Amino acid sequence: MGRHAVKDSKDWRLGAVAILLALVIWQFVAAVIIKYPFILPAPTDVFAAFVSLLQAGDIFLDIQASLIHFAIGLGLALLVGIPIGIIMGWSRRTESLLDPLIELLRPIPPLAWIPFAIIWFGLTAFSAGFIIFVGAVFPIIINTYSGFRSVPRVFVEAGRMLGCTKDRDLIRHIAFPAALPSVASGIRIATGVGWMCLVAAELFGVSNYGLGQKLWFFYSLHQMDSVVVYMILLGMIGLAFDMIFRYYVDRHFLKWRTGEVA
Amino acid sequence: MGKLEVRDLSQSFPRDDGSILTVLDRVSFDVKDKEFVCILGASGCGKTTLLRLIAGLDTARSGSIIIDGEEITGTSPMVGFVFQEYSLFPWRTVIDNIAFGLEMRGVSKEDRYMVAEWYLELINLAQFKDSYPSELSGGMRQRVAVARALTLDPVLLLMDEPFGALDAQTRNMLQKELLQIWEKTKKMIVFITHSVDEAVYLADRIIVMTPRPGRICRNFEVPLPRPRDRTSVEFAQVRRDVLDLINQNCSIQ
Repeated sequence: MGRHAVKDSKDWRLGAVAILLALVIWQFVAAVIIKYPFILPAPTDVFAAFVSLLQAGDIFLDIQASLIHFAIGLGLALLVGIPIGIIMGWSRRTESLLDPLIELLRPIPPLAWIPFAIIWFGLTAFSAGFIIFVGAVFPIIINTYSGFRSVPRVFVEAGRMLGCTKDRDLIRHIAFPAALPSVASGIRIATGVGWMCLVAAELFGVSNYGLGQKLWFFYSLHQMDSVVVYMILLGMIGLAFDMIFRYYVDRHFLKWRTGEVA
Repeated sequence: MGKLEVRDLSQSFPRDDGSILTVLDRVSFDVKDKEFVCILGASGCGKTTLLRLIAGLDTARSGSIIIDGEEITGTSPMVGFVFQEYSLFPWRTVIDNIAFGLEMRGVSKEDRYMVAEWYLELINLAQFKDSYPSELSGGMRQRVAVARALTLDPVLLLMDEPFGALDAQTRNMLQKELLQIWEKTKKMIVFITHSVDEAVYLADRIIVMTPRPGRICRNFEVPLPRPRDRTSVEFAQVRRDVLDLINQNCSIQ
């Protein structure tokens, strides 16, 4: 653990240098070589745009709207994906029943569902949520299911020998905790995919606010510096979700894995 | 009081070519109350199959298993099992592993921890109460597995080569510890091994099996008092007797 801490701090400093260097190069290329903010706004332009957007205050409403869309999509994906993954992983018959269907639906890109999202849910937060749901649900199903499939048989048998004999109890006390690392990494992938679907999901005008919605709005106004502000915001929030997973979930729910090869 | 009766137990599986593979052929034996029995045999002689049937993890094709007059048809709280491979739940701490059976029975946290702590003392691992299995050595994990199997106070403890994966030194230590635990708890133990040395050290009685199909070849009472000294002349003599018995009567054809 001690060695890791030292390594991390070293990596952190090196990484900061690289980011600074990239900013300097970006500033130089934008301000000295291209000199045309519509093609490439300079970091200083972006910062100025950020400050004026902050003053206008809409940015918080945008973040709120996007988080609502995202929460609807991811929440539904968890509610649907985890139970389906569990029953597929637990029973061979359900697997044979559902697997072909899922394999047929899965390759359809989430964005291809946009027309039906609009027809079914209208221009509401739910249609944006639906697109995110489609993107997020499959990684959750697949990872939950494969996590359940790879639960060592000896855990289930040890459970049975200790009086844990009903399917429901075996799933709850043995299979689910054993599969949790895989379930968690499925949720993590789903978070990333869902967040990527967000811009497209908000593009078709489901609300007047939203990070993706504003990105397109400022593009139509040719205010590329504001577009970059929203790009960076999208990236930062996506990163924050991932950090939550890396540091919170791993440390609190999967701390038993420390010392194992993970 | 405990008594295990195994009667005409047979197990077979269909093979791909349509023929039938007989793994166990009419195996019968009894185990008395507080008796320590080792089942000794080469790998593939069906000893693990036999143990899994007694545990109720698998169902026999024919025959019966009776514990204290009750026929075993599935897993039962009367039977504890220690697996060959590491079977501790890695997401639970040591104490929560040991208390698992009581938790399934709905015993309150306070009460089950009290029992679990008693067993932790018994295996001398009290200071590892809140550790996760990944932080324990192989020998410690198997000791915890023994404690976990004992918490429901089974009549019979089944052990499937539990020390097979350990180095010789740890193995000897755990054998000694197991005998101490057995002295204190006085369970019936059926212990599977392929090591003559281990069987002679541990058992009141050794049941020797022959493979293909698995049959009981001989019963051998170990005439040594405990504690046994594996370096003594008497010990060597008994070991030689068992080996002779295997070579003359129970060898693989």
